[in-house]
Amino acid sequence: MTDVSDRQQLSYIAAQAADARVNLEIESEGMTLNLGPQHPATHGTLRIIVRLDGEQVIKADPVMGYMHRGYEKLTEVRSYPQVTALVNRIDWLGSFANEVPFILAAEKLMEVEAPPRAQWIRTLLFEMSRIANVVLFLGDMAVQVGAVTPVFFAFRDREHILNQMEAVTGGRFHPNFDRIGGLKDDLPKGWVDETRQVMKKMRRFCDEIETLVMGNEIFQARTRGIGIIPADVGLSYGLSGANIRGSGVDHDLRRDNPCGLVHDQIDWKVWTHPDGDSFSRFWVRLQEVRESTLMVDQLLSDIPAGPIMAKVPKIIKVPAGEAYVETENPLGAMGYYIVSKGDLVPFRVKIRSASFSNVSITPWLLQGVYVPDIISILGSLYFILGDIDR
Amino acid sequence: MSSADASADSTEEAPVAETDEAREGLLARLTDELGDALVGSHLVAGDDLWIRVDRDAWLESARLLRTGLGFTYFSFLSAIDWMPSPYGRSMDSQVDRTLEDVASADPEPIEQGVAGGDTRFQILARVNDVPGHRGITLKADVPDNDLSISSWIGVYPGANWHERECWEMFGIEFSGHPKLEHLYLPGAFEGHPMRKDYPLLARHVKPWPGIVDVEAMPDDGDGEDES
Repeated sequence: MTDVSDRQQLSYIAAQAADARVNLEIESEGMTLNLGPQHPATHGTLRIIVRLDGEQVIKADPVMGYMHRGYEKLTEVRSYPQVTALVNRIDWLGSFANEVPFILAAEKLMEVEAPPRAQWIRTLLFEMSRIANVVLFLGDMAVQVGAVTPVFFAFRDREHILNQMEAVTGGRFHPNFDRIGGLKDDLPKGWVDETRQVMKKMRRFCDEIETLVMGNEIFQARTRGIGIIPADVGLSYGLSGANIRGSGVDHDLRRDNPCGLVHDQIDWKVWTHPDGDSFSRFWVRLQEVRESTLMVDQLLSDIPAGPIMAKVPKIIKVPAGEAYVETENPLGAMGYYIVSKGDLVPFRVKIRSASFSNVSITPWLLQGVYVPDIISILGSLYFILGDIDR
Repeated sequence: MSSADASADSTEEAPVAETDEAREGLLARLTDELGDALVGSHLVAGDDLWIRVDRDAWLESARLLRTGLGFTYFSFLSAIDWMPSPYGRSMDSQVDRTLEDVASADPEPIEQGVAGGDTRFQILARVNDVPGHRGITLKADVPDNDLSISSWIGVYPGANWHERECWEMFGIEFSGHPKLEHLYLPGAFEGHPMRKDYPLLARHVKPWPGIVDVEAMPDDGDGEDES
């Protein structure tokens, strides 16, 4: 039909992409595509309005709020112990991890410190919720690029972690287990050995994913060099977690700011990848899950003995003051800025959730990419809608 | 009580044994550069630093922190409404003041938190220095008669959505923001839900079930033994 060679066609596409990047104001005969709100890549209900020129995105505009529950307002009418039940539902895949920074911030204001045993078990459950959360990403990311099988492996193996969480907390998804001054309960009998077995299974899962997905040629073609985030751009958008470590920034709050958790007492490594593309974000997460299983093993082997609750009053009043505590949650840095007026309820709680900042880069990041890459980029950024909408 | 209570208007610090040279140095540097625009600060040694800047210097302080001092990581931006809620804790909606007589209740005084303040609304933002492992919280007063402040988008593009959220929740305008539209709420939503005088209607329509918790238990006579 046409006698345009491949090379010419490629240079044409590149020129179009450059145009789209440089001059977004030009109105062309484009098409507007509505991605979502119900789309498997959106982990909930995120809608992205993309303006297309052929197969290329000129402008992407995420629309959220379909799941906004107003947690910041609701915390103002709930007592401190009641808040944990709410914030559980922010990132629902790693829900225990949501409670931790809130409790730590409240403890900081009260000048209470959890006993060592509680701190260890907290860290243990914190890491386990990371595994439960990120394991699903590892399977899900493959779905976004067209491989359906790994997600079933992920669901299968995540079940082991959830069972262990349930055995301790009584809740598979919403533990509501962390308390100001410690934890609700101690570990059940036989749990430590079972968890060791589970960690072995999780490492096997990681190996499986590594060979099944990461070594796959199609997966690499779809993710390598796609969705590149330079480190300085990522930082100025407030990206955190594996998204920023995938851009080569050595930033992990577990090591840099170990307030109240015992990550500084065990031996582990922060993984980074210099490329900043979708593949590197996947790679970093995979390494982190494996690292977390090793961390859990270490934590299991020397849990200190002692009480699991510090002495706290039965009715908790938090002294007036302000505190901000941020921890490295499965999705990235999550923090609570608590303003207390010495009452039973917080005066103001600002929830800094990781996904909100992580997704705020999408209008910048999606410019000039192809339609199928939108999905793999969104998948690699890994967000949970509850964590965006709060 | 503790150091966090004393809303220190100057750099002087409540009794904390340890000193924090890094943060003190940073504060001195900021005082140098910003001059009179730095109207308040609060330092908890070994922990955290707050500064309060003049509204007109809001953008300038961001630029200084990002380019001059290495605070390249934007954490969050929001606001605080310091007015005590006229509805109390909304825990006792049956006897809520709104239903009885709002006017008779004396409004409680507005009390700002650390680093001081003079206005009902304050902007709150946090930026981090990643290699230095430190963060700083910035505040700025926004007067009631002109609820606006300059946008940070030019310095930290990540502020975009945070400012939109802040605008819809508190009604604070960000001059220079390209698209102040509703982020979470439907387009035609009226009001600013995070303001303290915006009632949490659900609580007023239906009593909070948690209220049952404070009722005496049937055998409360000998109770209180379980801790």
